[in-house]
Amino acid sequence: MNFLLRIWRQPNAKLRGKLVDYEVRDISPNTSFLEMLDILNETLVTGGTEPIAFDSDCREGICGTCSLTINGEPHGPDHPGAVCELYMRKFRDGATITVEPFRVGSFPLLKDLVVDRRALDRIVQAGGFISARAGSAPEANSILIPKYDADLAMEAAACIGCGACAAACPNGSAMLFTAAKVSHLSFLPQGHPERESRVLRMVSVMDAEGFGSCTNTYECEAVCPAEISASFIAKLNREYARAAVQRGAGE
Amino acid sequence: MIGRFDAKVPPGPLAQKWRNHRDHSRLVSPNNRRKFEIIVVGSGLAGGSAAATLGELGYRVKCFCFQDSARRAHSIAAQGGINAAKNYQNDGDSVYRLFHDTIKGGDFRSREANVYRLAETSNNIIDQCVAQGVPFAREYGGLLANRSFGGAQVSRTFYARGQTGQQLLLGCYQALCRQIAAGTVQMFPQTEMLDLVIVEGHAKGIVTRSLCSGKIERHAADAVVLATGGYGNVFYLSTNARGCNVTATYRAFKRGALFANPAFTQIHPTCIPVGGEYQSKLTLMSESLRNDGRVWVPKRKEDRNKAPGEIPETDRDYYLERKYPSYGNLSPRDISSRAAKEVCDEGRGVGPGGRGVYLDFADAIKRLGEHTIRERYGNLFEVYEKITGEDAYKVPMRIYPAVHYTMGGLWVDYDLMSNVPGLFVIGEANFSDHGANRLGASALMQGLVDGYFVLPNTLPNYLAGQMGKRPSPDSPEFRESEKDVRARIEKLLNVKGTRSVDSFHRELGLLLWDKCGMSRHEKGLREALKKIPELREQFWHEVRVPGDGDDFNQSLERAGRVADFLEFAELMCIDALERDESCGAHFREEHQTPEGEALRNDENHAAVFAWEFQGDGKPPILHREPLNFETVHLTQRSYK
Ligand SMILES: Cc1cc2nc3c(=O)[nH]c(=O)nc-3n(C[C@H](O)[C@H](O)[C@H](O)COP(=O)(O)OP(=O)(O)OC[C@H]3O[C@@H](n4cnc5c(N)ncnc54)[C@H](O)[C@@H]3O)c2cc1C
Repeated sequence: MNFLLRIWRQPNAKLRGKLVDYEVRDISPNTSFLEMLDILNETLVTGGTEPIAFDSDCREGICGTCSLTINGEPHGPDHPGAVCELYMRKFRDGATITVEPFRVGSFPLLKDLVVDRRALDRIVQAGGFISARAGSAPEANSILIPKYDADLAMEAAACIGCGACAAACPNGSAMLFTAAKVSHLSFLPQGHPERESRVLRMVSVMDAEGFGSCTNTYECEAVCPAEISASFIAKLNREYARAAVQRGAGE
Repeated sequence: MIGRFDAKVPPGPLAQKWRNHRDHSRLVSPNNRRKFEIIVVGSGLAGGSAAATLGELGYRVKCFCFQDSARRAHSIAAQGGINAAKNYQNDGDSVYRLFHDTIKGGDFRSREANVYRLAETSNNIIDQCVAQGVPFAREYGGLLANRSFGGAQVSRTFYARGQTGQQLLLGCYQALCRQIAAGTVQMFPQTEMLDLVIVEGHAKGIVTRSLCSGKIERHAADAVVLATGGYGNVFYLSTNARGCNVTATYRAFKRGALFANPAFTQIHPTCIPVGGEYQSKLTLMSESLRNDGRVWVPKRKEDRNKAPGEIPETDRDYYLERKYPSYGNLSPRDISSRAAKEVCDEGRGVGPGGRGVYLDFADAIKRLGEHTIRERYGNLFEVYEKITGEDAYKVPMRIYPAVHYTMGGLWVDYDLMSNVPGLFVIGEANFSDHGANRLGASALMQGLVDGYFVLPNTLPNYLAGQMGKRPSPDSPEFRESEKDVRARIEKLLNVKGTRSVDSFHRELGLLLWDKCGMSRHEKGLREALKKIPELREQFWHEVRVPGDGDDFNQSLERAGRVADFLEFAELMCIDALERDESCGAHFREEHQTPEGEALRNDENHAAVFAWEFQGDGKPPILHREPLNFETVHLTQRSYK
């Protein structure tokens, strides 16, 4: 298969970027999208030019490293799945494909298609954990958790932290990301002691990082490679309201 | 040699060694802990759990990883599960049995005392992870669920769908985030360790390069912990993430740390077969699938191109069930992998190129219903469909073995300290627990046992004598090391040849897979030992690394790693040649039983092979640590 690629090139955050055209030829339909970029890079390198910078690591959809916007869609057209799980057989032969980085104000660009997503780590640092010192844990089966609750917690916990939700959102909101973590931990009894402080702090850091707010466009859910449900955002809102009320009553 | 080559296994009966050792180890009091700085390189299960736990104890920790977030360490990709000897299923499991299975699974090439401690501590890990909120699979009554894995006749594996590694790592990452917020851990993402600094015979720091800005930095500490994972990517194609490398451990080797059993690499039997030339990685289909999937190939060569549905039961060879009736499809990995190679070598392999076998769920779907299978393995079936375009609920999966895990690693003593005092090595990066073959679901267990429970108890034993001995990062050893790192980067950038880094990596991978892969023989290894230096020579003359050193430069990152692989590959082949026996995953064709199983030579080779660097171009020196089995009786492994 042959493709015309229009790829965002930008040496660093200070310099301006632009879309540059590249042709790739004789690509097998069973090549993954990232392998197709590898092939292109190989020809760039042997021709003495700098290859296109893009992020990836596990290449099986779980590490959340890859972060491309393809024809305007974060992670491209094959939902659910990360770009590394996208195969060229999903495209028409001869297609023109535009490749850009995740565009979110809170993810500064590093180079070409690579952005800095440390803001997401900072949201977790604000409270996305259960304080459990190694050595103090009770016997595992002394905590009974109904299968239904455990399954729900797992569904929320499946988030791979890629940031596509924020990239797809017209407001650049990271609500789905934050909601997934808050929901995961609040579905479980172990998460209850820190339930209120967790949600209040995480939301406040999320806002401070400059992420936008949620206006229910559901774009996040549509692109999420881990199929995190937007209903968790409702759960986040309930958790937040509950915590705010309790905090208010306490004070 | 720097330091001492002494395993320091504590005296006393096996079951009491760990307790006795802790009772008599030195401690660091809470108010003194903040005076110690600890470097932890790696944020996977081993490094993440160690950094979080040490931070919580009050040490000042610096944690490094090359990914943009600690949460993306390669542990995230583990699928199937984690073992523990809880015996929740009442099916006869015990600490002793987990210990024994691990020693036997490793084909009697691991240290009894370490393995016993691993089994003993496994139960604490499950408690710890549940307390952190890891959403393990549960039964309707709310209790934890289990499944079985290869090499065991009990159900002792805990799991979180097909994403156990992800959930365990997120537990660890969250604990780490808590410490980062508390200020006890300072995190350095996208920062690669390029050298180990040794001052007066002790590991006292590292030199790093920022992958974002290219900035080179010196970091001094009171002790250095390497938790940098495995080196399976030396084969280019493997189930590992693209960034996995040998650089940290190999640099430590070049500074004097012994490298143990580098030839012991695990080939996983259930991966999606290789598709094309530019394939960048191989995808694992978790071993847990073998709980319900049945492995087969046609009995006759002529049938190999028929659709599987057209081959009647009587013409199928369920070769694992036939050869190993008591373990069947759950035979250990090395045995299952070689059995697959054997039937494909006979011309009975299926799929393009004939390098594949079927993993068939038809019986399980008939017995349990598609819903149950979907619930157990749904996401794995999806992954399979994405990659191959086939629906495994309807047609059997095609699988083939692929490089997966490295049992070899830096040599460590019972305290997980290398021969270099102050250098600790944990997780897949060390050699310690899995002998010549690792059992499924035991790597996650080992990484977390090392990080949450072993290291925090053994590190003080070293630190107690080190108060006030942390050197300045401006001392000559640090400057010297920084100079070396810079010179190497310059050298890579200045070759200015015409070949890409990846093209060398692919060539090296094919060579190793052929000569030092699933089976090895003297002639092939000697050939590899001739070719590797030639390839290395070419690399340093022909490689093209575009861009600069003081910038975000992925070609340079990869070039440094491949340059190390090109040296390390030689060490692997030397080790494989020197180990003139077959054991576990190390199958020397010259040494097999009449049935084609690995034939050990306990008299001469019941030992850890630990290699000492002698300088570029000089052969490394072999040190042998004899393995003394006090409890286990050495037998020919049988899974019949
Ligand atoms: C696909 C797959 C599935 C698996 N499934 C299972 C399973 O079901 N059960 C099981 O028990 N095991 C499984 N394993 C094995 C297991 O996942 C690994 O052995 C284990 O996670 C390794 O953990 P680790 O902490 O030692 O290393 P890793 O998780 O690999 O972490 C290494 C860390 O070191 C850092 N690092 C490396 N080099 C450098 C450097 N030079 N400078 C700075 N930082 C560096 C990395 O950034 C990373 O943070 C699986 C492995 C694979 C590949």
